[in-house]
Amino acid sequence: MDINKLSRMANQIAANFEANGHDKAVEETRVHIWKYWDPRMKAQIFGDTSQLSPIAKDAIEQLKAEAEAA
Amino acid sequence: MGYERQKDFGTPESTSNEMVTLTIDGREVSVPAGTSVMRAASESGGHIPKLCATDNVKAFGSCRLCLVEIEGARGTPASCTTPVAAGMKVKTQTPRLEKLRKGVMELYISDHPLDCLTCSANNDCELQDEAAAVGLRDVRYGYEGANHLGGAVDGSNPYFSFASDKCIVCSRCVRACDEVQGTFALTVDGRGFASMISAGQTVDDFLTSECVSCGACVQACPTSALMEKSVKEHGKPERSVVTTCAYCGVGCAFRAEMKGEQLIRMVPWKDGKANHGHSCVKGRFAWGYANHKDRITKPMIREKITDPWREVSWEEAIRFSADKIKTIKAEHGPSALGGITSSRCTNEESFLVQKLVRAGFGSNNTDTCARVCHSPTGYGLSTTFGTSAGTQNFDSADHTDVFLVIGANPTDAHPVFGSRIKRRLRKGAKMIVVDPRRIDLVKSPKIEAAHHLPLQPGTNVAVLTSLAHVIVTEGLADEDFIRERCDWDEYQDWARFVSDEKHSPEFLEAVTRVPAQTVREAARLFATGGNGAIYYGLGVTEHSQGSSTVMAIANLAMVTGNIGREGVGVNPLRGQNNVQGACDMGSFPHELSGYRHISDAATRKLFEDDWGVALDPEPGLRIPNMLDAAVDGSFKAIYIQGEDILQSDPDTHHVAAGLAAMDCVIVHDLFLNETANYAHVFLPGSTFLEKAGTFTNAERRIQPVRKVMEPANGYQDWQVTQLLANAIGCDWNYKHASEILAEISRLTPTFAGVTWERVINGDQLQWPVTDKAPNGSPIMHVDGFVRGKGKFVVTEYVPTDEKTGPRFPLLLTTGRILSQYNVGAQTRRTGNQVWHSEDVLEIHPTDAENRGLATGDFARLASRAGETTLRVEVTEKVAPGVVYTTFHHPDTQANVVTTDNSDWATNCPEYKVTAVQVTPSNGPSEWQEEYADLTAMARRIEAMEPAE
Repeated sequence: MDINKLSRMANQIAANFEANGHDKAVEETRVHIWKYWDPRMKAQIFGDTSQLSPIAKDAIEQLKAEAEAA
Repeated sequence: MGYERQKDFGTPESTSNEMVTLTIDGREVSVPAGTSVMRAASESGGHIPKLCATDNVKAFGSCRLCLVEIEGARGTPASCTTPVAAGMKVKTQTPRLEKLRKGVMELYISDHPLDCLTCSANNDCELQDEAAAVGLRDVRYGYEGANHLGGAVDGSNPYFSFASDKCIVCSRCVRACDEVQGTFALTVDGRGFASMISAGQTVDDFLTSECVSCGACVQACPTSALMEKSVKEHGKPERSVVTTCAYCGVGCAFRAEMKGEQLIRMVPWKDGKANHGHSCVKGRFAWGYANHKDRITKPMIREKITDPWREVSWEEAIRFSADKIKTIKAEHGPSALGGITSSRCTNEESFLVQKLVRAGFGSNNTDTCARVCHSPTGYGLSTTFGTSAGTQNFDSADHTDVFLVIGANPTDAHPVFGSRIKRRLRKGAKMIVVDPRRIDLVKSPKIEAAHHLPLQPGTNVAVLTSLAHVIVTEGLADEDFIRERCDWDEYQDWARFVSDEKHSPEFLEAVTRVPAQTVREAARLFATGGNGAIYYGLGVTEHSQGSSTVMAIANLAMVTGNIGREGVGVNPLRGQNNVQGACDMGSFPHELSGYRHISDAATRKLFEDDWGVALDPEPGLRIPNMLDAAVDGSFKAIYIQGEDILQSDPDTHHVAAGLAAMDCVIVHDLFLNETANYAHVFLPGSTFLEKAGTFTNAERRIQPVRKVMEPANGYQDWQVTQLLANAIGCDWNYKHASEILAEISRLTPTFAGVTWERVINGDQLQWPVTDKAPNGSPIMHVDGFVRGKGKFVVTEYVPTDEKTGPRFPLLLTTGRILSQYNVGAQTRRTGNQVWHSEDVLEIHPTDAENRGLATGDFARLASRAGETTLRVEVTEKVAPGVVYTTFHHPDTQANVVTTDNSDWATNCPEYKVTAVQVTPSNGPSEWQEEYADLTAMARRIEAMEPAE
């Protein structure tokens, strides 16, 4: 899938949680992507976080670590 | 049931709780105070002759036929305008009354054609009935003098005609237009003997007048003066079946009045709880598509989309489909397969499609057309209140003091409820409209909004936050409600957020373009004006911040204490007839029916035990993700029931690319729609008249859909899904939709108390229907929110990425029009075309002048996604800098222009904000010409070889 589009989606989610402060926004973004994204979308963004905002990047890295630990 | 006219009590029902006892013709009768003598007689089984009275409009007292005698009263008062009184003694039949009524009726008949045997109302005519009731035998006055015989017939309306010679000028039609519909299109022109019913001005006929063809006048007419053309052509119906309309989310109940298997007319059912006997032009008249020549009733297949279609048997079509699905599954795995449920189909059909995907295909790649309309409602209301649905029933509007309508145009998109709002406004309620366009609720006959906030498209969140800013900073918050019902800590966080000066109306005025003072006055009115109710539509959800806007609306309702009782609430106006139901049925890829996340092991186990299969715990793909994955090569096949994603979804070029990349596209529909241009299998669908099941309207009301005729294609839609499921290895054996509903109820807690028998028996269940609420829940969150404490959510305004600039300096917003429905597949195949045969672009006079455009000119509408051409209408309905069009016509395909921007939480497309340029044009765009060629090629059907 188009990594540009996935990155835009993740950044958009993060931006809408940003007002809650970094840590809470990261957690909200992580939960949101975990709940609503298909596994292939998650897998693809785990492989390229270069276009992500700081909140989105932290959220994706947490999700990736959880997936690897599972 | 056989055919009989709906009971007419003559005057409206009284809502008083006080009972009054009187005597009518020697019988003691008890009725609510305020009831007319006429209605009291009727309710107790009697009948007082009448002509100008009908029970959906106020008593008028003009025909003088309903006279009665009342002990101790002078004269013979009209029973329709005389309220009951305790101890009153009424006589409805006396020699004196008989003589008076005969005299009155004789005058009516003396100027009425006596062609009863050839009249379209013969044996279904109130004038005829009442003439018989009063015992009129002779008419002493001949036709020699002045009369109205031979008067003109106005046949301009496609669905009904007006024959002035049959008109008795009772003015029931005028009053129905005024009081029920609220359009005020009809009037009594002239005085005395010259009085005649007139639509609009003298130069108008019904078609050119303000008439919106709701049919209220036709229903009210006691003769054949206003009569459906279908009755004129085919004769009186012989039976009727009550069912539910398949157009918008209001969910009007209708009597399908039939003659054999032929539908003669649809008449709004007075006992319908959503519509109370009213209708709009679509539900009332636009059902001709069911028998349109374009309808496909035989299955068709083709190997490649460049091949012509080949008609085949159902067995071959299903086998062909199943072979492709099984092959793709074997080669690419279950995640390459998916399906789309339909908001136009029944709950039972949607439930089966998502079951087919989850249990049959083995993936969670199921989605529904709510993705492109109200998915943010599900997210937003679930987050804040705990339930993915509106909070009120429609009757609640009768108790509203202040309406806040944002991003909705009820008089066009939900006309029956729009009339309801207008009625309440005429009684004194106030209106705040938040909309870029000057919709009819801003100002139309006898109503005017207190405030119109004509915001810049894309700034809903900013406007709502600024309204909240005023309420909190001016001390107008309902703190008692908040402390009792909401999370106080979250409220304080939110209150601090909205109180920031950067959320003040003054600061945000540059963004929203709404004068700060208007925002302040609107906020004060909403917070202090009594019961405040918020109604919203796709102008809220179809934005990059659609979900945030829904949550901001919920915040506004909570901060003002406007939740949990009649007259208040948060009310999404659902676009299609069963959007609510399709969402309830587990159509979304991340949740099972009843909005339970697929990752929840306990919920999954319920379904796994019932269905006998293991379910994937991971969420599946949404529609736009499916298309992305198709282009990417990992998504190969789709089963689409009752949805035309090529026309309805954004960024048409991308949708086409996704569909073209798939190995198997199965379209299950009534017509070869635009999506079918890219399909390999076409499975003919059945109309709502040909199936049984249930629809759930915007009030969460679960209503019966009754089969009134056999499916022209041979199968109801759920049966087709079952054929496909069994062909890929499932073992389903549903004999009737009721068995599917039983499974839904078994597996869905909010439907626990719903049974087929209760729905059919008219129990009017509004979910949740549980042990705690065995008769349903007309109003939600009465004693507490479903999630426990109401959650205030901080909704930061995040501007859309879609911005105007030198190349695309205008903002396009899209919407709907009264006479057309969604992609127009149904309404374009009806007489409704006369009102709207093409999409037009509304543009402000300043913008039009700058471009040298006048009304009727062709213009090129271009965005970064694509371009199309259409005619323009120069109007001040839109603000400078904003243009507007509809998406009802495939020749235009407005979605060629809309982009892939979407709501951050749900991927609901941002239809309402597209940066565009408008320039003069000579005719169709290159794309339109190419698409016309593609369509012609894609719709070829191979000639059948003659049988030997």
